Amino acid sequence: MNHVSAIFNDEQAIKLDCGSEIKYHLSYDTYGTLNADKSNAILICHALTGDQYAASTNPITGKAGWWSLMIGPGLAVDTDKYFVICANVLGGCIGSTGPTSTDPKTGKAYGLNFPIITIADMVRTQVRLVDHFKIDVLFSVIGGSMGGMLVLEWAANYKDRLLSAIPIATASKHSSQNIAFYEVGRQAVMADPNWHGGNYHANETAPKKGLAVARMIAHITYMSEESLQKKFGRKLQDRESITFGFDADFQIESYLRHQGMSFVDRFDANSYLYVSRAMDYFDLAEQFDGHLMNAFIDTNIRFCIISFTTDWAFPPAASKLITQALNRVAANVSYVEIDSPSGHDAFLMNEPELFDAVAGFLKSSDEKHEITPKGQK
Amino acid sequence: MSKYQTRADLQILVEMIKPNSRVLDIGCGDGELLKLLTHNKNIDARGVELDQANVNRCVAEGLSVMQGNADTDLVNYPDEAFDYVILSKTIQATHRPDLVIEQMLRIGKHAIVSFHNFGHWRVIKSLAFKSQMPVTKKLTYSWYETPNIHFCTIKDLANLCESLNIEVTQKVILNQFGQKSHVSNWPTLVNLFGDQAIFLLKKK
Repeated sequence: MNHVSAIFNDEQAIKLDCGSEIKYHLSYDTYGTLNADKSNAILICHALTGDQYAASTNPITGKAGWWSLMIGPGLAVDTDKYFVICANVLGGCIGSTGPTSTDPKTGKAYGLNFPIITIADMVRTQVRLVDHFKIDVLFSVIGGSMGGMLVLEWAANYKDRLLSAIPIATASKHSSQNIAFYEVGRQAVMADPNWHGGNYHANETAPKKGLAVARMIAHITYMSEESLQKKFGRKLQDRESITFGFDADFQIESYLRHQGMSFVDRFDANSYLYVSRAMDYFDLAEQFDGHLMNAFIDTNIRFCIISFTTDWAFPPAASKLITQALNRVAANVSYVEIDSPSGHDAFLMNEPELFDAVAGFLKSSDEKHEITPKGQK
Repeated sequence: MSKYQTRADLQILVEMIKPNSRVLDIGCGDGELLKLLTHNKNIDARGVELDQANVNRCVAEGLSVMQGNADTDLVNYPDEAFDYVILSKTIQATHRPDLVIEQMLRIGKHAIVSFHNFGHWRVIKSLAFKSQMPVTKKLTYSWYETPNIHFCTIKDLANLCESLNIEVTQKVILNQFGQKSHVSNWPTLVNLFGDQAIFLLKKK
């Protein structure tokens, strides 16, 4: 598989929803080869704590790419056929411009001087990246969770730039409950004395405990009660009986602590604040007079909406709302609800029905638009 | 719901539909008709299916299908969104066939209803001589477990269309062997010997 890691340094500044302008760059990876007429490109949009290493080993953690079960030679998103682009979002901390980047005004890390960004801003920079490749129309834009929000933003505001869209385990807006959980996470970060009002870089420290707690609480929302019960139940961690103390007696406690602690090694606390805030602010209908269907009027994009039965962070009902809006404008939409015990995280896991749906949907779109030459199928 | 569909009635549905049109198949089952329409006549074919497992299989085969219910979900579509809206072997499982047909002709320029004739002589025989609700090769459910709550005869549907001010522009009757029946001009015989019927409908 042809794999490239690179940086797109936009010479033009970008105007953000908050009113600020910012010079930025995006770190991205590509997999596969762009064909001569540039018709085989698929943009992958990552989730809140995701990165550009969708299908290649993450150099920070040494782990396989977060969607390496989905993207690769012969897989659902087949890199033998398609040119896959995945960029770290604006505001991220894995190489793209974000709060850890140097503020040209001060010569120091932006910290909280970084402007507030939105999902629409992230997509604006992705559009520039796609322009940079001189790709007029993407074959597909695919993403889960926050990545799904980016997919919807693409579909609503750049209708002519994509043929198909696959928003997975996502919603057209953050619910009150979503905002509530992320607010608790942000408060945990900001309550950590090492946060220093966001200026921790200058103090050569980091609010690791606060960020770990933020990750722990978010992680609970990514799992279903069923999977927690099945995986951990009330099992004790390396001990025969409870210790009458606050040590991690239960396996679930030990697991969450591990999730929290390993997260802080790969993620920046301020970036977590900014990117989670962008999700809170996302409400696609709001951009269209409060009617979600208006976001999709006259769309020629083919949609495949996918949700998971036990996902309570982005429940099937949220996906159905998108499907209904698409029906109201008679858009071409498929809706797949996958029976999985794995909760929100199912979109990252080994879910054969997910891969089959994505593969089948892409194959038929490919045939319709004659993307892959006949002999190669 | 379409598991008893024969190639014959699918073929007639395909013949009825003009190429390059936009079609919604309600109760599309495993997507057999959608596949025929998509591949043979360049039709923008979409499906609605109650059973999620069927939906997922259809999408994995590249068809545009979503989970939905004929009784409740057609209201979500705009007027005249489709050239044809098809209800194939599904009308008997709807709660309000009259309202479903009206919705079909709101969202589609034409509606096609394909159904089993409950006036067929075998059905009558079962009722008359066995005093039992019929259970046959094509009607395999017993009365207490069947999802099929609104069986009708060919005449029933014709009467319903009349009362809803709907024109039956084409009527095809199939006998029990799936062949086109030639008794079409004899209403009583049609009702007795017609096994399946396919009505092409439009608003008067």
